[in-house]
Amino acid sequence: MSDEDKIIDEVTSSDYKYGFSTNIDSDTLSPGLDEDVIKKISHKKKEPEWMTNWRLDAFKIWNEMDEPDWGNVNYEKPDFQKISYYSAVKKKKLDSLDEVDPELLKTFEKLGISIDEQKRLSGVAMDIVVDSVSVATTFKETLNEKGIIFCSMSDAIQNHPELVKKYIGTVIPKTDNYYAALNSAVFTDGSFCYIPKGVKCPMELSTYFRINEAGTGQFERTLLIADKESYVSYLEGCTAPQRDENQLHAAVVELIALDDAEIKYSTVQNWFPGDANGKGGVYNFVTKRGICENRAKISWTQVETGSAVTWKYPSCILKGDSSIGEFYSVALTNNFQQADTGTKMIHLGENTKSTIISKGISAGNSHNSYRGLVRMGPRAKNARNFSQCDSLLMGDRCGAHTFPYIEVKNPTAKMEHEATTSKIGEDQIFYCQQRGLNPEAAIALIVNGYCKDVLNQLPMEFAVEAQKLLAISLEGSVG
Amino acid sequence: MLEIIDLQASIDNKVILNGINLKVNLGEVHAIMGPNGSGKSTLSNVIAGHDGYDIISGDICFAGESVLDLPPEKRAHLGLFLSFQYPVEIPGVTVSNFIRTALNEIRNAKGQEPLGAPEMLKSMREKMKILEMDKGFLSRSLNDGFSGGEKKRNEIFQMAMLEPKMAILDETDSGLDIDALRIVANGVNSLRSKDNTFVVITHYQRLLDYIVPDFVHVLFNGKIVKSGDKELAIELENRGYDWIKKEQQ
Repeated sequence: MSDEDKIIDEVTSSDYKYGFSTNIDSDTLSPGLDEDVIKKISHKKKEPEWMTNWRLDAFKIWNEMDEPDWGNVNYEKPDFQKISYYSAVKKKKLDSLDEVDPELLKTFEKLGISIDEQKRLSGVAMDIVVDSVSVATTFKETLNEKGIIFCSMSDAIQNHPELVKKYIGTVIPKTDNYYAALNSAVFTDGSFCYIPKGVKCPMELSTYFRINEAGTGQFERTLLIADKESYVSYLEGCTAPQRDENQLHAAVVELIALDDAEIKYSTVQNWFPGDANGKGGVYNFVTKRGICENRAKISWTQVETGSAVTWKYPSCILKGDSSIGEFYSVALTNNFQQADTGTKMIHLGENTKSTIISKGISAGNSHNSYRGLVRMGPRAKNARNFSQCDSLLMGDRCGAHTFPYIEVKNPTAKMEHEATTSKIGEDQIFYCQQRGLNPEAAIALIVNGYCKDVLNQLPMEFAVEAQKLLAISLEGSVG
Repeated sequence: MLEIIDLQASIDNKVILNGINLKVNLGEVHAIMGPNGSGKSTLSNVIAGHDGYDIISGDICFAGESVLDLPPEKRAHLGLFLSFQYPVEIPGVTVSNFIRTALNEIRNAKGQEPLGAPEMLKSMREKMKILEMDKGFLSRSLNDGFSGGEKKRNEIFQMAMLEPKMAILDETDSGLDIDALRIVANGVNSLRSKDNTFVVITHYQRLLDYIVPDFVHVLFNGKIVKSGDKELAIELENRGYDWIKKEQQ
């Protein structure tokens, strides 16, 4: 074995550092899925009838759909009858952190996410979702003053039904795809956010998601509405405890940016990726899409290091004239992880602009695919797109794939696509070693440099966490 | 400081170094010259610990211990520095970040506290002045889009920052115009002291006009076949390597 192989072997045998679970009493529905289960979920959440019917309608649609298989991923199809669709943490609805289960607080501490610290130091309001129900929502007061609504989806259905009813399913309809239909039928919670007209949200809104119940699927539903001339930066981060069986995660995120509004949506995803032999790990089949009205802007930034299988395309529908869509992505796969991720930029309006920067890193036996669609509609006069897709390979057992789709129907539209594939060179590692860095530090440095264009897009505190995650995902012998 | 004893090394079963003996003491500057393919770059790589070579026999002692079993970073921690003939590019990593990381890794290995940002910056500015470098250099990606001269100057800058016990300059003069050569040589000379040592690998005598060596060695077919003082370099410049080759046959 050459030294490079040895390094890669060490690097790729890294254990999942966030693999622990908390003992919290849960109120869990028995596994299985039929209309009754959906009614039960809706009933447990005391939902209005229109919501129950909406779910049932989605369930009918889902029943008639086939599971998609076009992704460049191989996995064992989930048995939907073996999943429990509802798991609520008992003793919910807490007013202060003192009431939060100490076990849970410990978990957050282990993750380095002390809520207190977050509150005090970074001015981040957090709506924490543990399993499917929110247990703590902070900073509501400050947000209230500005008229910003930031709450769990369940609360939004109770307290702001008019907004939910008006916007839910408008960007990602129930019929959109198999997993979106399933989510629409069984989603248990998620986050809801409304920024009123002309309001700049004074803090980064943040939600930490965490799967906490063995065998529990997670079906979050996020709906974010930025009214005219408003601005919001939203952070989403995930870590999951170590599990043997595969866990399905099929979230739906809908963003609505009305005229002149701007939404910045940042994700750090670190679900359990499976062990070094490819056993276990989360299936992350997420549908994320935003719609931009006139002169609105949506910017997706994602750092994907986790999950056994990742299948997601945060997208922008540039409906309004002069609207802007951006997608910045780092996807790191290791061991037997598979990722098929990218974006869709749908240019409908005139003078619409989009930018795609995608950085894939493959190590171990993993496969990493970029799949992107840039579509310029007939009305998209002077639309512009710039795409850059880079792949970095480590070792000789992994794969990097690029599937760019381009459809241009307006002669004045312009699009550029650049792509590179490179390998971390033995000479780069040797150079760093000669300067005193061990091979792991060298790889972390090189990878962080490679991802800089994307990491720079993240809010400062998140960028630091993302750098750590990249290092954790690549370091073998540390800790 | 450095003692190489009967070193034989090969790559892909081809013997490149064929019994090298060399002793370098603190305060000395040695020049190693030789025609293409004589094993000069192999020698510097093997000293630095590159794993692409098989050591057949012999030993390399640095700072009083055998370093053959040490990985490159451990040798660097002992104070060994190699100025690369072809410095690699690391996109997205700034010069200042790279040097800070390297310096603090070395300090950490020595049990020293990391150097604070203000001190680091101050030190960087001083060294950059000596090397007549622009401040904007610090925020550029390491060697990314650098000209040949900038890359070499950056190597010497790193050397100035890391303050090694021994620096091997592998064809630092290649690709440098006469002004850059003078600046780089001034940089090296300003760092020369009785507590460190330099091994200058070069094809040409030109660099040695500026960095005057105490000893000159001629490497040919993986062996040091001749040693002398700086006069030897001048003789080589005048007569070429052919007479050495003939002598060997």
